Amino acid sequence: MTTAMNAPVNLAAPPPRKLRVATTSLAGCFGCHMSLLDIDERILTLLDLVEFDRSPITDIKHCGPCDLGIIEGGLCNAENVHVLREFRNHCKIILALGACAINGGLPAQRNHLDLRDVLEEVYQTEVGLSHGGIPNDPELPLPLNKVHPIHEVVKVDYFLPGCPPPADAIWKLLTDLLAGRTPTLGHGLMHYD
Amino acid sequence: MSDTDTIDAVLDRHRRDGTRLMQILRETQEQLGWLAPATLTRIAEAVAWPRAKVEGTADFYSFFHTRPLGRYRVLWSDNITDRMLGNIDLMDAMCKKLWLEPGRVSEDGLVSVDTTSCTGMCDQGPALLVNYRAITRLTPARVGEMVGLIRSETPVADWPAEWFAVEDNIRRKDILLGHGLVPGEALAAALERGPEKMLAEIKAAGLRGRGGAGFGTGLKWKACRNAPGQGDNPAHYVVCNADEGEPGTFKDRVLLSSYADLVFEGISIAGLVVGARKGLLYLRGEYRYLLEGLESALAARRQAGLLGANILGTAFDFDIEIHLGAGAYICGEESALIESLEGKPGRPRIRPPFPVTQGYLGQPTTVNNVETLAASCLIASHGSAWYLAHGTGKSAGSKILSISGDCERPGIYEYPYGVTVRQVLADCGATQCQAVQVSGPSGICLAEEEFGRRIAFEDIPTAGALMVFDESRDMFEVARNFAHFFAHESCGFCTPCRVGTTLVRNLMDKIARQHGSPYDINELFKLHRLMQGASHCGLGNSACNPVFDTLNKFRPAYERRLMSLDYEPAFDLDAALSQARQMTGRDDVGAHLSTHLPNGAEA
Amino acid sequence: MNETQTFQLDGEDIPFAPGQSIMQAATAHGAYIPHLCWHPDFAAHGSCKLCTVKVNGRFGSSCTMAAQAGMSVENRTAELDDKRRTLLQMLFVEGNHFCPSCEKSGNCALQATAYELKMMSPHFDMFYPDRPVDASHPDVLLDFNRCIMCSLCVTASAEVDGKNIFYMGGRGLLGRRVHVSSESGRLGDTNFALSDRAASICPVGVILPKRRGFAVPIGERKYDKAPISAQVKERV
Repeated sequence: MTTAMNAPVNLAAPPPRKLRVATTSLAGCFGCHMSLLDIDERILTLLDLVEFDRSPITDIKHCGPCDLGIIEGGLCNAENVHVLREFRNHCKIILALGACAINGGLPAQRNHLDLRDVLEEVYQTEVGLSHGGIPNDPELPLPLNKVHPIHEVVKVDYFLPGCPPPADAIWKLLTDLLAGRTPTLGHGLMHYD
Repeated sequence: MSDTDTIDAVLDRHRRDGTRLMQILRETQEQLGWLAPATLTRIAEAVAWPRAKVEGTADFYSFFHTRPLGRYRVLWSDNITDRMLGNIDLMDAMCKKLWLEPGRVSEDGLVSVDTTSCTGMCDQGPALLVNYRAITRLTPARVGEMVGLIRSETPVADWPAEWFAVEDNIRRKDILLGHGLVPGEALAAALERGPEKMLAEIKAAGLRGRGGAGFGTGLKWKACRNAPGQGDNPAHYVVCNADEGEPGTFKDRVLLSSYADLVFEGISIAGLVVGARKGLLYLRGEYRYLLEGLESALAARRQAGLLGANILGTAFDFDIEIHLGAGAYICGEESALIESLEGKPGRPRIRPPFPVTQGYLGQPTTVNNVETLAASCLIASHGSAWYLAHGTGKSAGSKILSISGDCERPGIYEYPYGVTVRQVLADCGATQCQAVQVSGPSGICLAEEEFGRRIAFEDIPTAGALMVFDESRDMFEVARNFAHFFAHESCGFCTPCRVGTTLVRNLMDKIARQHGSPYDINELFKLHRLMQGASHCGLGNSACNPVFDTLNKFRPAYERRLMSLDYEPAFDLDAALSQARQMTGRDDVGAHLSTHLPNGAEA
Repeated sequence: MNETQTFQLDGEDIPFAPGQSIMQAATAHGAYIPHLCWHPDFAAHGSCKLCTVKVNGRFGSSCTMAAQAGMSVENRTAELDDKRRTLLQMLFVEGNHFCPSCEKSGNCALQATAYELKMMSPHFDMFYPDRPVDASHPDVLLDFNRCIMCSLCVTASAEVDGKNIFYMGGRGLLGRRVHVSSESGRLGDTNFALSDRAASICPVGVILPKRRGFAVPIGERKYDKAPISAQVKERV
């Protein structure tokens, strides 16, 4: 028997500590973030319980060690992959927020097309464009051949569907997580559209 | 002759009968090269079926094509035994010489090269089909010559005859292969006994199905015999299942090549017992080359009074028809086979009702394996007591094994039931043996410590395929080949099998690319658990067996391929930027993604 | 003696008439067994496997298994719902199911069943297949991206409409599809009509009437009002 198992057991919940949360929008429309803000005055309660790391709310550029990383949007380019990996490396829990993070969503509806044809049409052949050629500045992230949901690249711990997920659903999920409960959504809070 | 005349001639030959659609499509395609939209429309009108139904059959079977696939269609058998004999290198060499990608048709419409499921030539591979004719023992020289013949558009009929030679390779005979009966002898004995006593004899002999499941043949015949015929034209049918599709199995090929009379006689005896006037032999499309020989064997039997009206001077009328399949493993399942006989896609039926009460055309039908029917002749001739003296307590008689893979003498071996796997391996010259796959991909994989097990219904029931793998073989690659096989052969009817077989294949490919993690192995187990209980038929239920067996018995073959102990991306991240790199011409650091992130590194 | 026969579904006594399937008897009694390809008006198809139950310890499709007196059927257990969720995830990844842009959203049996079984993600890697859309018919749109191969349109067209417009063909994951009965393969070249039973039978958003999209506001659609499991009794 190990000494750890003989150690005194503390059945009380751990002392309150503000959980650190990071959020980002990859190939998304920020609609899920807007829905997060739609929790309205409950955000004040939330701020008593969490502090934000990297997020459009804080404008912090890189993610530090966090308890929870919230990802909106899927993966459509190399930068999305970099950001997602940064989150996965620094966050104990990753939450896929909304349709695009979960199944690629609207951006993934380009997936039945060949990316080369798309680039050619958008930058070269379509009427009314500047015909300046396909941008090749190294500052620009390259698009992926296909758009992918985030669980195809990193392990995702929780999913919250919706386009966007309703504010009440986000609130329910966050409060469940904060309270140490496995999140559940009843009828009306769970929808894919 | 115009295309329309050609189609009409085929239709007339088959009495414009929709249930003969498989034969109509095959014969039409043999003459016209492919099944064009207008061809399908004409056939649908003639047989008075909805057009979509005809199209549904046409695009279900691998050997029917609803788009042109070249005047020469080369299909390389892609069983693991063909792989071990180097088929992929040979196919690549052929494609290179023809300036062709596998699966694509050459721009001039001359030729296409692709792979197909096991063609049943495992003892003499690598094998292929050219315009659905079997060619065995491929070598680089033969491939070179073949390319020349294709380029010069030499008709396949004029290719060297020795290429099409298929050897029996019978290495060990027992009571069945050494039967010594003359045509008509067993049937005469059965007629003398009469149907009831013949049925009693079959039951007393304990004859069980040789397709692997081992259902009592007497029980099946009795159920069929007792079931009333349906409707205005009541009838009973015997169907001989010669859709020998399980990779690694080729015993029926040999029985039909050199023991056709015994098989036909067995079908006739079954017909006598169940009260049928018609028997159907469902021959897999890969064995198309046997058709003419079988037809003449039937003609000879009619001539000899062994088929037709008043057989051997009795009141028994019976005849046999041959139906060809068209490349669908699922048709080995008896109810799918019946669907195919009726001109439909080979989709297993919901059971009950079972074929013995509602089978072919809704009538009572007994579907039996080729070897089972042949074995019934021995019981008719020699009686049950004699038969019971062979084999073991619960497995009377003998079993024909198809042996291929890493052994000195691949081929056909017949043993009394009860022989150990170790004995068989010794006899075929398998040394340094690591594993044996028994009963093909849907069967079981035996590791060395299990070689003492016996071929018998009490221990290992099997249709008789033994694929041998020596210590140089990678058992992961064996399982991956089988995963590809099931994904290709899933009929697509039920969700767990349709999607599950492809998910399994993709996971195996991911591990093969060395992009896997233990997470992916857990996923394989999860899919196995789902598919095994929830699938509609045996294909889906057993499709994960090879993965499950090798994961349990050869786990290091998987583990050494894993990339990490973490979660790994589903796809190659850097390759996912390839099209954008191509279009922008970029190759800077930012135009690449490392596949694996070192622990703790900043992204 | 005319005693009603019963079997047990999750411990509840379900009466049945001879010849009824487990699904038929359960539905008639107002008990919900998840399903997609089964429809009370037609013979069982048995392909989606969502209705898989455990009968005396063995798995089987409740839509095709005959009810028998005294049988013990497990239905909404964690084990079975877990398998059903996996089957749903398989259906979601094999097609292109983008609910936010689908007119059937809120009225879709696939979506509602996924809510019922708390499917939070598709879990597997997406296939994103390239499937056709057919807008050739004046009144009806076909979007095969959403097809779940249930065959209900095939059966309805054959048995109710007497037209045989659809037929399931092909093989395997990529091959399996619904054929439209015309040489062009287009619905516009058939005698299909909006009034056909087959036009309203699709449980998902493949067969849709044109010019009638998003007519019902969110919150008032069929499955916004109550979960699919609570709507069995309405159908009785």
